[in-house]
Amino acid sequence: MAFSNEQLERYSRHIILKEIGVKGQKKLLNARVLIIGAGGLGAPAAMYLAAAGVGTIGIADADEVDLSNLQRQIIHATDDVGKPKVQSAQETMNKMNPDVTVNTYHEFVTSENILELIKDYDFIIDGTDNFPAKFLINDACVMAKKPFSHAGIIRFKGQLMTYVPGQGPCYRCVFKNPPPKDAVPTCKQAGVVGAMGGVIGSLQAMEAIKYITGVGELLTGSLLTFDAIRMNFHKVKLPKADGHCAVCGTEPTITKLIDYEQAECDGV
Amino acid sequence: MKITVAGEQKEVKEGLTIAELIEQENVENPQYVSVSVNDAFAKSGDFATYRLKNGDTVEFLYFMGGGR
Repeated sequence: MAFSNEQLERYSRHIILKEIGVKGQKKLLNARVLIIGAGGLGAPAAMYLAAAGVGTIGIADADEVDLSNLQRQIIHATDDVGKPKVQSAQETMNKMNPDVTVNTYHEFVTSENILELIKDYDFIIDGTDNFPAKFLINDACVMAKKPFSHAGIIRFKGQLMTYVPGQGPCYRCVFKNPPPKDAVPTCKQAGVVGAMGGVIGSLQAMEAIKYITGVGELLTGSLLTFDAIRMNFHKVKLPKADGHCAVCGTEPTITKLIDYEQAECDGV
Repeated sequence: MKITVAGEQKEVKEGLTIAELIEQENVENPQYVSVSVNDAFAKSGDFATYRLKNGDTVEFLYFMGGGR
């Protein structure tokens, strides 16, 4: 595949980087990334990946755009209120970069459909807002041997980690089981600064780009936390992959995907 | 004794337990926090009896469920 003049200009800031270059840009154009959740994290992640020329971007979300989303979900605009989020996200990405094919999945992600959804993608981004979905994505990616970026944000805080099969602990190694319903607040209950999605969602896009191009070190085996009040990033080294982990261990006890009950006020 | 908590050095009393540290640090939702000491997980059932040693590195890992 040869680049058009327009592509050479569009991606010139990537191509000039010795770590990316023409080769890396081709990898990006051939890559397939699935974003689950077109919200606070998914919006900036999707926009940066579309701008970067990731050739195929899947976006899954069952919701419609709500006025209260616009404080942080920058892929949607005021005119989009009421539209399916995946449609609004697709329109924004198409406007940003015609090189990108956007696949939309206007549906809830469940144990029934997740394996089929992630099957054709190289990297998955967890942009969901609840623990049942986060555990489901982890377990499905472990079972299907897919790399993914996990993240969470709340108030002035955020964190992320990356799972690559065989290269470090999974989300369940660290967090074991979802907390009971309503035990740990969601953004809707506790609030979140919109820019927090921008910080952490952009870092998720960065992990996807690094995974695709093979550049640098990923957050495998570490959890990066960000506290905006103290303006402090802290990289926590995680204990090694737990051989006894219920899903990624040597003798897994979880061999079927689980749909945990979620807090009443959220939905994926 | 000196320990490192979330990247910061702290002077704490000799023989401090993880449960006491959790209280001292005002950890939010303490019943759902994961704790690692020197890059190994401590079992939550052991927090009350697990005595920290001089030079230990402690990390708190919090559930963070938001994103949309």
